[in-house]
Amino acid sequence: MNDLLMRAMDSAQQRGAQYADVRIVHTVSQNLAVKNGVVDALNMDESIGFGVRVLAHGAWGFASSRDLSAAEVDRVTDLAFQIAQASALVKQADPIDLGPAVTSRGAYTTPIQIDPFSISIEDKLNLLLAADANMSKVPGVKVRQGNLVALKERKWFANTDGALTDQTIVEVGGGIVATAVGGEEVQRRSYPTSSGRQQVTAGWEAVLKWDLPGHAERIATEAVQLLTADRCPRDIRTTLILGGDQVALQVHESCGHPIELDRVFGTEAAFAGTSFLTPDKLHNFRYGSEFVNLTAEAIRPYGLGTFGWDDEGVPAQSTPIVREGLFVGYLMSRETAPLLRLTSNGCMRASGWNRIPLIRMTNVSLEAGTWTLDDLIAATDDGLFIETNRSWSIDDKRYNFQFGTEIGYEIKNGQLGRMLRNCTYTGITPEFWNACDAVCNADHWVMWGTPNCGKGQPGQVAHTGHGAAPARFRNVRVGVV
Amino acid sequence: MLGQHAAEDLLKRALRASHADDTQVVITAQDAFLTRFANNIIHQNVAESDVEVTIRAVAAKRSGTASTNNLSDEALAETAARALAHAHQQPEDPDFPGLPDPQPIHPVESFDDATAGFSPDARARAVGALCAMAREKKLNASGAFHTLAREIAIANSHGLIAYHPGTSADFQTVVTGEDGTGRAQASSWQVGAIDTDAVSREAIDTALRAQHPRPIEPGEYTVVVEPYVTDDLLQMLNYTGVSAQAVQEGRSWMNDRIGQAVMSPLISIWDDGRDPAGSPLPFDFEGMPRQRVSIVEAGVIQGPVYDLRTARKEGRATTGHATPPSMMFVSGPMALNLFVASGDSSVEEMIRSTEKGLYIKRFWYTRPVHPRECVVTGMTRDGLFMIENGELTYPVKNLRLTQSYVKALAGVQAVSREARTLMDEFVGATRVPALKIERFNFTGSTV
Repeated sequence: MNDLLMRAMDSAQQRGAQYADVRIVHTVSQNLAVKNGVVDALNMDESIGFGVRVLAHGAWGFASSRDLSAAEVDRVTDLAFQIAQASALVKQADPIDLGPAVTSRGAYTTPIQIDPFSISIEDKLNLLLAADANMSKVPGVKVRQGNLVALKERKWFANTDGALTDQTIVEVGGGIVATAVGGEEVQRRSYPTSSGRQQVTAGWEAVLKWDLPGHAERIATEAVQLLTADRCPRDIRTTLILGGDQVALQVHESCGHPIELDRVFGTEAAFAGTSFLTPDKLHNFRYGSEFVNLTAEAIRPYGLGTFGWDDEGVPAQSTPIVREGLFVGYLMSRETAPLLRLTSNGCMRASGWNRIPLIRMTNVSLEAGTWTLDDLIAATDDGLFIETNRSWSIDDKRYNFQFGTEIGYEIKNGQLGRMLRNCTYTGITPEFWNACDAVCNADHWVMWGTPNCGKGQPGQVAHTGHGAAPARFRNVRVGVV
Repeated sequence: MLGQHAAEDLLKRALRASHADDTQVVITAQDAFLTRFANNIIHQNVAESDVEVTIRAVAAKRSGTASTNNLSDEALAETAARALAHAHQQPEDPDFPGLPDPQPIHPVESFDDATAGFSPDARARAVGALCAMAREKKLNASGAFHTLAREIAIANSHGLIAYHPGTSADFQTVVTGEDGTGRAQASSWQVGAIDTDAVSREAIDTALRAQHPRPIEPGEYTVVVEPYVTDDLLQMLNYTGVSAQAVQEGRSWMNDRIGQAVMSPLISIWDDGRDPAGSPLPFDFEGMPRQRVSIVEAGVIQGPVYDLRTARKEGRATTGHATPPSMMFVSGPMALNLFVASGDSSVEEMIRSTEKGLYIKRFWYTRPVHPRECVVTGMTRDGLFMIENGELTYPVKNLRLTQSYVKALAGVQAVSREARTLMDEFVGATRVPALKIERFNFTGSTV
């Protein structure tokens, strides 16, 4: 592979590129799904290809192909230059500054204990069918679903600065969902989290820890109970304790996206939107209360945003984003960081060989606080405890949001009470985070995975991590629906 | 692009590589280009060339799939063996419908040489013209111009074989001013049918009028909505309940409503995979001919779309709406070329007939909250204006909607004569008019 990488880079340099990089990416992904006791999907997808990005004539061009022949590398590199030339017809006046040279070299592999591809299909299916059997014990469940995912991505990277890296990222994912239908209601309960599964950079050992069969009967029971549970109180303001996985989603939508510096500078305006966290707010804006500490890093175990180097060859690192409520950091790239007189903190990733890297969340996490969940509930006179996301929507500047969860419980006098269905809450991002007055401790902190983050044109789906523990927020508007 | 001969040769090679009882092969090949711009410059400009081969191997009532983009005989054999191993490694599925016998496929034209050959320079010049127009008005243009050529081919061991080449083009832009934005989009399988200057003028005109928006109280309003909004109404209905799988699982907005007059008699919705006014594909991903399916007829709910599995459950024929196994966010059959009937009005007439209401260009980040009622939440974006006494009076700060789309369509009072074709990267195309809706609920606003 190195020969092909060097061929592309040598060609780019000979043609006078200001900068160029090339990625060869080989991805194998296995997906198993079970539905109502039968296998719904059992497939393995394999894809390999390469993409060449060039900065020439003061503008960018990118071309990619599945064909790894030398002749195709030449054609594609040439096409990338042609495209850069076309881009130069409508380019910016100032030259593009990529900051200091990136010359990283080395190899990285996700640390795992058990290769998920070494586990037989039979064992994986038996796990899912055992969970299915436990869900089927509960009358009233209309649809029982379970799925497992294993992914291995090997990525070779080189650039004209002299970087050369070789990474293998391993991920596993899994989850179960019970759907109950009754009258006008459709209720769903998921485990370990929403969107069908939890996903992490780890081996099969992570799947075993989740114990899908062990939680199956509980979630099936809850799905049926939700059909006749009381509705979430309509249109009131109250104290809200969010479960850890819902905090993770809140962080993703209302913090992770607005700190993408490319959004801030308008490059996503036509699609994903912009950001209210404009550069004048850096070190100058109360994003949240003193209890809110947010960090972006690519080094913690299990994080879907954990790697050795990003897709510009910048090493994985940690960046404070919010410290005791003050907004202090962005997710950056080589092109955007110099605009703030900073250097890239390694947040560029592409979803595959056929896409350019964009600024993506790595692991953007709410740091643990000091409370146990039991104590937090006991210290809450009147409110709601809600968990596991069911719906999500936020405006294009990341201000106004509305989320819904699968399940909720009333809190009265420090005790969890009746189950509630169709819980929704809404707010304005900085008002919401400034109303945070407690975060649970490290015992409750989990590195959650979001394997379905969409951005870019053409569209890309990124895998991002979010560590979070349950947290409490005051005076939140709930019951929108 | 492979060309028909090479595509069919690849299908046959993949079939020969399989030792299963039955085998199906799907090939998707594409050459895609996209020129992206923001802040009045081209900042991303990309090209992609790929061919994916997916093999489904059947052993009795079990099937497994595997895919590759390596087209060598060795890779095809390995992929076929993998798919067969998957089939052997699972229990039997009593509802597996098996692979179908061939049925006549009537081809439909949707390949345009000019679109397939549209150059990076040509895209850049169109973008440059828009950016120059925006700059002149002290506005900031962002967006994307994409063109692609795609081939889909399918064959199975029962002698079924089908091939369809197609092209698509889409030009869309959001134009930003000091504190207001405007958007426009045009899509077609023929790039020559897209008037990029007209799209540019539409977005710029909206952006100019959208400056200095005023806040208003959320609540229920009469609304006049552009086709971009109708597209969202349709896609959400599609996602939450046009599939027979959703109906059979009891989670569709159609459940308990088939045969009932639930929407305005002005609303008729259908899916027609062969209609070239959208983005046609004459067969589905099981190789079955796509049927025209009436989903809503003059406000009366007709029924969903089917694939072989869901059709077999009801003892009926498939409507040809099977989706590829790798389709994101979707399982089960889906409509991919949707139409809403045009009416006899216009946006201008709808506005003139409205005493108080809102004129809305677009919805954004809409998500279902309650699928049985198709209750959706989302935001307005890129053009929201107050209507008073039949005129647009001032721009409004964006609002959050929370509304049952089914109930909204029950209150449709007018439908435009003009319709627009809009293509989505993930879920096909719609051809949709503008609407006037009696009541639409907004539950929040942004700062």
